[in-house]
Formats: sequence, C-alpha cells, structure tokens
Amino acid sequence: MTCIEARGLRKHYGKSVALDGIDLRVDEGRIVGLIGPNGAGKSTALHAILGLTPYAGELRVLGHNPWNDRDALMRDVCFIADVAVLPRWIKVSQALDYVAGVHPRFDRARAEQLLARTSIPKNAKVKTLSKGMTVQLHLALVMAIDAKLLVLDEPTLGLDLLYRKQFYDALLNEYFDGRRTILITTHQVEEIQDLLTDLIFIQRGRIVLDSSMDAIEARYTEVMVRPEQTDAARALNPLRERRVFGRSVMLFDNAPREQLQQFGELRTPSIADLFVATMEEPQARQEVIQ
Amino acid sequence: MSAVNIAEEMNVAVPERAEAITIHPTRPFLWSIRRELWESPSIIGAPIAIASLLVLAVFFAALRYTRPFVFQVGSDNNTLSNMAVVPLLPIPIFLGITMVLVAIFYSLDGLLSERRDRSILFWKSLPVSDTTTVLSKIAVPIVVLPVVTFVVAIASQIAVFVIEIIALLVHHASVSAAWIGIPVLPLLGLMAYALVVVTLWYAPIYAWFLLVSAWARRTALIWAVMPFFLLAFFERIAFHTHHVRDFISNRFAGVFLVAFANNSRRHIQNQNFGVDWTPGHFLAAPALWGGLLFTALALILIIRLRRSSDPI
Repeated sequence: MTCIEARGLRKHYGKSVALDGIDLRVDEGRIVGLIGPNGAGKSTALHAILGLTPYAGELRVLGHNPWNDRDALMRDVCFIADVAVLPRWIKVSQALDYVAGVHPRFDRARAEQLLARTSIPKNAKVKTLSKGMTVQLHLALVMAIDAKLLVLDEPTLGLDLLYRKQFYDALLNEYFDGRRTILITTHQVEEIQDLLTDLIFIQRGRIVLDSSMDAIEARYTEVMVRPEQTDAARALNPLRERRVFGRSVMLFDNAPREQLQQFGELRTPSIADLFVATMEEPQARQEVIQ
Repeated sequence: MSAVNIAEEMNVAVPERAEAITIHPTRPFLWSIRRELWESPSIIGAPIAIASLLVLAVFFAALRYTRPFVFQVGSDNNTLSNMAVVPLLPIPIFLGITMVLVAIFYSLDGLLSERRDRSILFWKSLPVSDTTTVLSKIAVPIVVLPVVTFVVAIASQIAVFVIEIIALLVHHASVSAAWIGIPVLPLLGLMAYALVVVTLWYAPIYAWFLLVSAWARRTALIWAVMPFFLLAFFERIAFHTHHVRDFISNRFAGVFLVAFANNSRRHIQNQNFGVDWTPGHFLAAPALWGGLLFTALALILIIRLRRSSDPI
C-alpha cells in the first residue's frame, strides 16, 4: 500500500523556492532516508507531509490531505521534528498522562516499560533532564504509539555517539516491524546507511535520486583503481573521482561490473560518497554555464 | 543489508495492529485544559495566594482587636449580622482583580510560549486539532478562571466567617445572629453575576491578547497595548478628540456602568450590598455584542494562525 504520494509538490517562501515540483511515492513498510544539503527543502517536504505547512500540488499521506486533516492524520503518524521539542515545564508523568489522554493508539504500559530501562525519574521535569534523556523520553513516547508512519527530522542532532547509536538500535530492533514506514532526514548519513531500504536525495527543492538501496547497490560501484589502470578507468566516465592514499577511487553509475573488476577492488559506495557525487555534479554544470 | 531484508530472513512475524481505543471528542479538549493548568500554575495558584493573604489579614485583625472588630457597633441583631458580612466583601473584589490580571498575562503568553520553546512541534505531533487547542486556551480566561475565582472566593469567605464565629465565641457574643443575618444566596448570586458579566465584557480583551500572542514573535505586551496608546495620542494631537481613549476605558470599566446601578451607600445594609443588578441593561449594550462578535472573529483568526505557526 502507498503511504505517501506526492505529485508536483511545490512550496515557496516569498521569492525563494523550497519545493520545486516534487513527485514522490513511498510504499508501506519502507525505511526511507531523505538526504540533502542545508536548505534543500528536506524539512519543508517533511512539514508538508505532516500537515504543518500549506503547499501547492497534490499530496496524500495514508489517504489524508495532511494540511486539511492534520489531527486525523496524527492518529496514524508520529513525528520527532528536531530534538528537544518537549516542553521544558512538563513532568515525565504528565507527558505520559497527556499522550495517553489524547492518543487512541498510545500504549502507556509500553512507554513505562521503555522508560524503566533509562535513568529518567518519573516525576522529573523535562528541564532537569539532559538532552540525551529528553530524546530518550520522546522516543519512548513515540515508540509506544502504534503508528503507521514515523517521521524523524534530524532526531539525533547534537547527541553524543552513544545516544545516537541507542536511538537507531531501539528504532530498528523494537519499533520497526516491516509494516510501519519510517522517513528520516539527517546529516549523519553514515549512521543510517544500514538502516535504510530506500534513499532519496533532494537538492534545491528537487529530487535528484530516488531509489531502493538494493537498486543502488546494483547500480553504483566504487573502484579503488590500480595506478596503471587509471586512464582506462577514466575512459568509462566515472561519476566522481577522489584520491585516497594516493590512489584513485572512482564512482561509476551503471558500468559493467566485469569490466570494473579489472581496474581494482570493487565496493558499494557509502551514502556519503554517493551524496557528494550526486550533489557536486549539477553545481559543476552550473559553474560552466555561468 | 537493509532492515526489511533482515526481518524477512529472520522470518519475523508481522504482528497485527492493535485496535485503537475510542477517545470521546471532548477528551482532547479536557486534557488540553489540564495541560494549560500544568503549564500555568498561577491560574489556580494566584487566586489561592491572594485569598490566603486576605484570610490571614482578617485573622490577625481579629487577634488585634480586644473586642470583636466587626461587631463593635452591634447592639441589635440586624446591625450585627450586617456587620458580619463586611469582611466578606473585599474578598470577591480582590479575587476579581486577580482574575483579570492572571487572565491578561495568561492570554499574552497563550500561543507564544509553545512557539518560543519549540514545543509546538510536539503538540502538533498529537491528534489534537488546532481548533481544540485554541478553544482550550480561550477557555482558561473565560471559563476556568471565573470558576476557580468563584470557588476560591466561597472557600475563603467560609474561612473568614469561621474566624468571625470564633471571635464571637471568644467574646461570648451570640453566634446565631451573625449566622442568620448573612445573606448567603444574594451574596453568591452577586458574585456569580459579577463574574459572568465581567468575563463576557472582557472576553474580547482576552481574545485580542491571545491573537497577539499567536502572531507576535516577542514582546506581545507591547504589540497588544502600544497601537491603542499611539492611536489615542495621535487622535488627541491631531483632532483634539478622545474617542479611542473612551473606547478603551469603556472596554475596561463600561461593564460596571451597564450591569449594575448604584443605589448609593446608605443602602449598603440592604441585601443587595448597595448595587442593583441590571441584566437587561447589560444584555442590551451594543458594546457587549460587538465585543463577543470580535471575540468570535478573533478566535477564527487565531485558529488559522495556529494552523500554520512555526517555532520562533
């Protein structure tokens, strides 16, 4: 089933275009990474999907028009937009009470069970918790909601490595069940590399790559080229070439693997390398035009 | 390898989705009000603090006088009981002033604080509509605070009355005279009537402050008040008239002119405490209905603003 479907999604703030006609389809049960440079339109896209901002174009999330039915949509959608958005004055127990009071799919026992594993005191106020603990609390609240779609916008920004690792481990091992859909944006792409089933790159309000991880593995290959093969490899038109310890590492798009094998060791490129290669290209092209 | 592949390979059974519990439509509203009470403890705390102070003042006054202060002139029962009511009267007046002040400062911050501390992104992640949220916020000054004020006023009047009884007992005076003579129902009626008319009259003020709080990025008080001062100042200089000033003073004080008729001090011993209710006059006042219309329009605007508002 389709979870998110967008056609010609547009949004501008004054003269600056945030979303420039996005077509998007996310099926149920996927873990999608929405990756892009600052100001590419990631957050705007997420905010449109969550009904937080009006937009032009067509957008359905779980069959709802997000802008018109945000409250109905939120029965099936959860989101953590940015870290530390829990109100500072609220007590842990009040946060549990409130969510249990308004959310038809909140399992309070589950939230308490998740909290019991942390060192968060139940009568503490959020302002007395560390940033990591606040994120743990928010995650416990969200993971106790039986949602169909979870949207995470930079959920681990500013957290130390330990908390970030815990966050994604909990998400994958205890929340994701193959049926839910998760949509994540983050700058720390290497941390979600193994988590994702799909990858979307967004740049200047447009989608520049939208593919499953399996297809990416099949399509993109990185070769650590032996020095004597450099020219032969370049002839195959690599997407990008970088130098590591004096050797060329080239990224190829849809090049025959048998041929690439002759140049050196093959590997699947990291999302970060793919990101740099995909993002650099249009910029370089633009410089030529200018 | 991706997570889905892992799940498939491990043959993890996909659990069925649990049934959602049904939530009555009024529940998010009531929880939202509770949330306001958590965030702003002064809604209940301020009236209680002021009331405690008044009761304490009466208590020390009772200690200080060797003769029961309220009954000094009490020779016949009628005067005695009327004097017993006197210490009860400042309580609703002070609590009423407290109510308006708390309501104003609450409204000025009503939709600003959630944007300032970014928690709007948390509240909006829950299935609570903007309409519910905004209605729960306006309900604080126009429903919750008057009810709290009424209850606290009654409780503190009972406390003052108990102090009076004890003072009478200590001085071996007749308790029954004080008790019988307290016009309980008229007193409750007057307090309830005053709370209702003041709240209805002030509703547009609260709505205006709430509207500013939904729109302003900071210094809501200045945005809420300055335009009127500037307009009044401009009008005074430019045309030497004072319509704006009259409008503002009527918005604050006008209710006492239309909802009550002063029947002079000498009638204070009557059961109406020196004032007559004029609900007909009040309901016929165009300023009341104009104000309520403004309140309704402001609420529609606030809901629209809340819908598209971002953290600051």
